[in-house]
Amino acid sequence: MTRIGVVTFPGSLDDHDAQRAVRIAGFEPVPLWHASDSLQGVDAVILPGGFSYGDYLRCGAIARFSPVMAEVIAAANDGMPVLGICNGFQVLCEAHLLPGALIRNDVRTFVCKDQRLRVETRDTVWTCDFTDGDEITIVLKNGEGGYVADAETIKRLEGENQVVFRYLDGNPNGSLNDIAGITNARGNVVGLMPHPEHNVEELTGPSIDGRRFFSSLSRYLGALIA
Amino acid sequence: MVDTVSSAAANPDTEQPWAELGLKADEYARIREILGRRPTSCELAMYSVMWSEHCSYKSSKVHLAKFAEVGKDTPRGPLLAGIGEQAGVVDIGGDWAVTFKIESHNHPSYVEPYQGAATGVGGIVRDILAMGARPIGVMDPLRFGPLDAPDTARVLPGIVAGVGGYGNCLGLPNIGGEVVFDPTYYGNPLVNALCVGVLKHDDLHLAFARGTGNKVILYGAATGGDGIGGASILASETFDADGPAKRPSVQVGDPFMEKLLIECTLELFAEELISGIQDLGAAGLSCATSELASAGDGGMHVTLDLVPLRDSTLAPEEILMSESQERMMAVVEPQHVDRFMEICAKWDVLATVVGEVTDGDRLIIEWRGEVVVDVDPATVAHEGPVYDRPYHRPVWLDELNANSANALPRPFEGAELGATLLRLVGSPNLCDKSWITDQYDRYVRGNSVLAQPEDSGMLRIDEETGLGVALATDCNARFAYLNPYLGAQLALCEAYRNVATSGADPVAITDCLNFGNPEDPEVMWQFSEAILGLVDGCKALGTPVTGGNVSFYNQTGEANILPTPVVGVLGVIDDVADRTPMGFAFEGDAVFVIGETREDLSGSAWADVMHQHLGGMPPVPDFDHEQRLGRVLVAAAKRHLLSSAHDLADGGLSQALVESCLRKNLGVSLTLPEGDWCVQLFSETPGRVLVSLRASSVAEFSALCAEQGLPLTRLGEVTGNADLEVHGAFTLTLAEIRSHWAAPLPAAMGH
Repeated sequence: MTRIGVVTFPGSLDDHDAQRAVRIAGFEPVPLWHASDSLQGVDAVILPGGFSYGDYLRCGAIARFSPVMAEVIAAANDGMPVLGICNGFQVLCEAHLLPGALIRNDVRTFVCKDQRLRVETRDTVWTCDFTDGDEITIVLKNGEGGYVADAETIKRLEGENQVVFRYLDGNPNGSLNDIAGITNARGNVVGLMPHPEHNVEELTGPSIDGRRFFSSLSRYLGALIA
Repeated sequence: MVDTVSSAAANPDTEQPWAELGLKADEYARIREILGRRPTSCELAMYSVMWSEHCSYKSSKVHLAKFAEVGKDTPRGPLLAGIGEQAGVVDIGGDWAVTFKIESHNHPSYVEPYQGAATGVGGIVRDILAMGARPIGVMDPLRFGPLDAPDTARVLPGIVAGVGGYGNCLGLPNIGGEVVFDPTYYGNPLVNALCVGVLKHDDLHLAFARGTGNKVILYGAATGGDGIGGASILASETFDADGPAKRPSVQVGDPFMEKLLIECTLELFAEELISGIQDLGAAGLSCATSELASAGDGGMHVTLDLVPLRDSTLAPEEILMSESQERMMAVVEPQHVDRFMEICAKWDVLATVVGEVTDGDRLIIEWRGEVVVDVDPATVAHEGPVYDRPYHRPVWLDELNANSANALPRPFEGAELGATLLRLVGSPNLCDKSWITDQYDRYVRGNSVLAQPEDSGMLRIDEETGLGVALATDCNARFAYLNPYLGAQLALCEAYRNVATSGADPVAITDCLNFGNPEDPEVMWQFSEAILGLVDGCKALGTPVTGGNVSFYNQTGEANILPTPVVGVLGVIDDVADRTPMGFAFEGDAVFVIGETREDLSGSAWADVMHQHLGGMPPVPDFDHEQRLGRVLVAAAKRHLLSSAHDLADGGLSQALVESCLRKNLGVSLTLPEGDWCVQLFSETPGRVLVSLRASSVAEFSALCAEQGLPLTRLGEVTGNADLEVHGAFTLTLAEIRSHWAAPLPAAMGH
């Protein structure tokens, strides 16, 4: 069975939610401890949401130096699928697996809402089961979700088709170009502020659009083996 | 010079600042009598803080004792723990149990809104954790002064950010609460915080220190100079002129530390390393040591020098009184200490053995080799003064009750009724609260089946079976002002009804009794009446009181707040998939109201908004009716008969219709019954619920209501066009209603 690691940093909050989503998707969740230097042979890694190290200093800035992150960085550079959700996205930026940074929401408050998004590219490991232009609803909840990068980086992300998700119906946090999520050039590392793990059950989420992140992974891994 | 027990004995006549610490002359005399000498300054610190109103419940105890009459059986079985424990524990079936409690953090939240509210959340979460439960959700009933008043723009955003900042960072979904505005809260906002936790029956932990030789371990944050306030007086006596400055009275929260504390503590429980545990909240170490020691079978010896400090200049009196947050105290058998320390290290949580359980019956605390405290811990923790304060019915009440809102001029014309509806939905108490609730994470942990603005917050407990709980908190303090006995019962009924409306069976309550100055006999009367009301109400409904909190001295200047007995009701639902949400869901569904509408305009939102009027008598609750209503709603949910159900409360039918329409932007077309349409739309008769259902379910549902003797009135149907249409009166577009409803908070808060 495909095994997906979910890293728990001190202060991770949505790690159990991510494990549940992995289970619902038919994979085996593997908890990974921040202080460990082993990925236990998993096929993919999720960096979940939360407030790692209290988001003190800068979101993700301390977690990025965890022993497990050295392994995640190496594996990602070798092509392992990595999904960073919210705080996980912030960690990926701090780890330079993705460009840019997340800053305090322009509204200056924490924002929790059912957010409309457009899938801008299916050309990643985590979105290949979508269709370009799909409009989906995913829970957004953060205090520091404003995506920023220098003009050149933004231009490159847009030009190279690396903007994966864009906010619809108004920009909730001041992100440049309404960017909600991005990928690396190779398409195996995706980071986004919204929380697909909260959108896998009708009972507890505003949609089940999050399931397609996992069916995408399944499709990609299936293609690899084939 | 440290004031030791021997120096206290040698210098019996040393002047002590007992009055500055809030003790009365007779209370100080009693302490001397108990000890047979004057207290040391450390002992004086402990007694003064433990005998304070906040910790000792000295003004409320005689009244709270009446809750014992209610009994300890819920509709689902006996309570596993009740009043007196850190939180009550309810058996919900399977081997699951749930613990929940509500507390206030009113005064600190006025002084420093963000930290006051944040540490309010932190404190109640640790209470739940100390029962051996995993905290799984929070709710926050909040009350502020007028929305447009200048200081509300300071207090409200700070409190909301504090509740969110702390709760979000802990990973606890915030699933409900209330937001109420009234001028009496202007200089004294109410910040009540409820936490619910879940545990297996076997995991229940109660706070006591037993077993001679067991180690007393303090773990969590280091102790700092925050939350000491008045006790600085003691320290300044023991320091030279260049000693520390005055200490701040407000505590500062660190939710990251609390998150580590939660995970660490749950792991300690799981390995059965803890014999007794207590969180450090109000009165800090004074409270934890004296309560743990007095609840156990031995004494306790503590070496205060071992307490890790953030500020090395703290005096022993200050260490004993510090209310630094995110600390716990555990009693651990010696053979488990190493493993205990390993788990704490794994979570980067500081843990220190500071003492041990002794075979005596004294609590002895040493500082730098000398004994600074030598007391019988029960005298500190439980034998504080008890006051049966004088109370009497306010002289102004008859006149107030005679001034009924039913006599006020009412709208009759259709256009007037429509305009009244818009005024009401755009008033601060009835408008959209998402500016506030969108700052709270309602999704984390992935078990939130319902959250605000739904009638109750509902959490799944068991993913296999769907077993879950629902919680609602309510209080209409305007009713309680008109009649505190009935007002408390109406709060109870509303919370009970809200839980049932969502499809859960109401089983137990917790309460947060926010009142004014207890030295005012009229306030004391309000308090005593509210308790009698709750006792009688809970007896009638069969819902035991599992615990709660009293907050006195809530005043704006000399003016007391409206009596505000907030009631939280816990419900159980066998399968959360059966829940009934509040919003109209399908075009063509029939719309009914259950219950009878009477002329109940006194204390209503209509009287407040349209006439700035508060007078008359509140509606009369009917517990038998509420129980029958609850049975119908729970049965209908189980049989999936209802598309939606929404309680009628503040604002009456008008507000319930608006909220049910706006949830999914579906319209409604209705014909009101004959009679006075102002009453039909705006009366606040309790015991009513607005439901929508498919035509095919109407016969079965009607039969269910008839079985329980509940009146059921068909009003109309859900429509596909986005209008709220009342035949013969008015048609308003949902867009227009929404613009009135959504505007007030963003406008007042500037975005």
